[in-house]
Amino acid sequence: MAKPAELSPASPAMEVRTPPKDPGPSKLAGPATWVDERIGLAKLMSNIRKVFPDHWSFLLGEIALYSFVILLLTGVFLTIWFKPSMAEVDYAGSYELLRHVRMSEAFSSTLSISFDIRGGLLVRQIHHWSAMLFVAAMTVHMLRVFFTGAFRKPRELNWLIGVGLLSIGLVEGFAGYSLPDDLLSGTGLRFVDGLIRSIPLIGTWAEFFVFAGEFPGTLVIPRLYMVHILLVPGLLLGLISAHMALLVYHKHTHWPAPGRTNHNIQGYPFFPIYVAKAGGFFFIVFGITILMGALIQINPVWLYGPYNPSQVTAGSQPDWYMGFVEGAIRIIPNWEWHVLGTTWSWNIFLPGVALMGLLFTALAVYPFIEAWITGDKSEHHLLDRPRNAPNRTAFGVAGMAAYGMLWLAGGNDIIATQFQVSLNNVTYFMRVAVFVVPVLAFIVTKRICLSLQRADKDRVLHGSETNIIVRSPDGGYSEAHVPISQGEAYSLTRHPQLDALPPNGEKLGRTRQRLSRWYADGQVPTPTVEEIEAAAHHSDAPALEGSDTAESGVSH
Amino acid sequence: MSEQKNLPVPDPGLEEHEHRFTDVNEAAADRAYRQIVGMLAAVPVLVLAFLFVYFGVPKDAELVLFGANLQMQTTLLGLTSGLATLMIGVAAIAWARSLMSDEEIVGERHGAASPPEARERVLADLETGIEASGIRRRKLLGTGMAGALGLIAVPALVSLADLGPWPTPALRAETIERTLWAEGVRLVNDVSYLPLKASDLEVGQLVNAVPETLEKIEDGTAFQQGKAKAAIIVVRMDPNSIKIPDSRKDWQINGILSYSKICTHVGCPISLWEQQTHHLLCPCHQSTFDLANSGVVVFGPAARSLPQLPITTDSEGYLVARSGFTVPVGPSYFERDSSKDFKEGDR
Repeated sequence: MAKPAELSPASPAMEVRTPPKDPGPSKLAGPATWVDERIGLAKLMSNIRKVFPDHWSFLLGEIALYSFVILLLTGVFLTIWFKPSMAEVDYAGSYELLRHVRMSEAFSSTLSISFDIRGGLLVRQIHHWSAMLFVAAMTVHMLRVFFTGAFRKPRELNWLIGVGLLSIGLVEGFAGYSLPDDLLSGTGLRFVDGLIRSIPLIGTWAEFFVFAGEFPGTLVIPRLYMVHILLVPGLLLGLISAHMALLVYHKHTHWPAPGRTNHNIQGYPFFPIYVAKAGGFFFIVFGITILMGALIQINPVWLYGPYNPSQVTAGSQPDWYMGFVEGAIRIIPNWEWHVLGTTWSWNIFLPGVALMGLLFTALAVYPFIEAWITGDKSEHHLLDRPRNAPNRTAFGVAGMAAYGMLWLAGGNDIIATQFQVSLNNVTYFMRVAVFVVPVLAFIVTKRICLSLQRADKDRVLHGSETNIIVRSPDGGYSEAHVPISQGEAYSLTRHPQLDALPPNGEKLGRTRQRLSRWYADGQVPTPTVEEIEAAAHHSDAPALEGSDTAESGVSH
Repeated sequence: MSEQKNLPVPDPGLEEHEHRFTDVNEAAADRAYRQIVGMLAAVPVLVLAFLFVYFGVPKDAELVLFGANLQMQTTLLGLTSGLATLMIGVAAIAWARSLMSDEEIVGERHGAASPPEARERVLADLETGIEASGIRRRKLLGTGMAGALGLIAVPALVSLADLGPWPTPALRAETIERTLWAEGVRLVNDVSYLPLKASDLEVGQLVNAVPETLEKIEDGTAFQQGKAKAAIIVVRMDPNSIKIPDSRKDWQINGILSYSKICTHVGCPISLWEQQTHHLLCPCHQSTFDLANSGVVVFGPAARSLPQLPITTDSEGYLVARSGFTVPVGPSYFERDSSKDFKEGDR
């Protein structure tokens, strides 16, 4: 926000930069030279004053990154004791209530981590909480990127990497959730078994390959362990590195403000400001996750007991990020085809397997579809305010609404019991809501965006409300307005206008032409120079008494 | 979308830098400095406290906090290490925000694309390299190498064919299409393994049962696999208030019926019994089956009736199976012939 300015000599900031009285050779010089002569350190570190812009919404991705680091650290601790084995043992640990109960080694070692290893339960809970946070932060970060248009050229590939991260993040979470082999996670695996079976043509084969035979078998937990601690974390690590490398290469987007353009970047240098801010933020995220692990119980597997295929707890729920799939599974009508000795379980395949495919495909292709509709081939480094892309924003909110409805439907039994309403009616309602609410959300969001555009225009033309009511000599009342700063007026008027594609410019298909016209339609045009001048002259009401500047006009 | 050349309001350029309070007031800066050092000084104290808790607090000690019983050791280990970590973070950010220079700097952006010269140079290099490889003159080198690289994936993929046994019709018949139930196998309580006597069941009662042969299975895997399919529920209803089709007249004894406990949707054990409506509700996805009507689906995502186990009594009056299940239990799979399942209206 601030312009580089002279610092007062008294500023402590200057102290940092003032060389010591006796300069001499820097303490860093010796070791730095040693390393530089071997690996060219200076070349590697030429970027340490790289500029990063500041905004709270840019922290969301950081939370995801730090949660991942926390997951790696706590995960390593847990692997020291966890035994990924489905071999049955007679429990002999210190949790009295399960003494001599037959259970898998996986569950028994989870109990041992929880009750016999000092700090084990704490680390287990930190690990689970940061997994929840990891997926949540990725999701919210993705929404931030979506609604501000940060996915546009040249960042489409980084968006795709992000979609990849989110999708395998779900797999990672689910694999970890299944490892303790308690009643809840076993139920989750049973569900996945049914899900895999439902795939037309190859379902039974996929089931036998995943479980090494019939459910539950002996290998699924060792296999999920490999997936959870080696395969997926490796993929995540690679994709995160690529995500960060592209972020550095493209430089971060920034919010429009005076002096900020598509060709510059304004902010604080990486060293020392971002080292301190981002590094400090890592410790804050870690600290809060530790406190959550200490104070908020999560997944008390000893209460559920070992997995037993003939038992299930009422109100069983997956972790939150699988809730939308759960909801879809619950509300779909029972469509199943029985044809020529085969069974086609659309009631499981569509909401379970196809829905996830649909979600991630829609996310992946969106940037390309929008660019196709708008015909926009330019690079974008300035973020959109969501209101200035009303259709995109409305589409995003509609998507969130659909996700939210499915997610709510995943708790239809809880809703029914808590609010004492009929479970069947809740389910019927959600079947309709999942289609109707997104449409309503689209319409309402678009209207809100356009109203906000109009409010912006009013603010530029008529200034800021003062909350002061002025009575004119002839008895009329009006509210005094003061003009806004040029910087604010610039920020409110600089956004490019959406244009429909010229019909004859290229040979466009009818669909594309129609979509492009629809996409650009309805926006409130930014005020013209003439309109602004006219509005300024229109301010014929008496000047506000005591106003600082002579030209501070008052209008209504 | 077009970048407007003539903006209605010209860009006034970067805003004036505003000094922070700590920039202009030495006392405020000193205060911030003291606060930051204070936070860092709390870290060793908290670390010592952590060590004390780790070595000094017994594992079974409890801590009552706001009415909640917490494991004292876990909670205090977390509180001390969590606060210490938090202090480091807050101190670093306070340092950056109030004492480090807050002059913003401006950098330049360049297009993501390489400069045209660089692109041309790389293209020329590629051209030189391709020429030097000789692939243009000896074309089979290229196709041969591409084909070989593609084919070398085949052994890797085929090696995965042993991920699990192949579900051939013969194997399916031995595994997912077969349960422990057979003629004469007694129904026993799923916890005590005591046999169920028909005369002990009251109208309205539901019992979770398994075959008596389950208890004798030593192997843990076979036990779980067996239980995952053979679990049943036994209910007694008033014979006059339920519909019993002609074909299933002898599948029950005085209104005592037995059904698979494994949901035909995705295989959860169904266990919520509505005694008055004779409905059985699955707690996972709320599929509801009418046990008074041969287990047909009355609500929810399940598409097939709950398989019924034909039962009778033996000479001592204990419940036994007349045969195994007549259709595979559990969730659907592609090769399943679902034409034999009971449908509403079957006789």
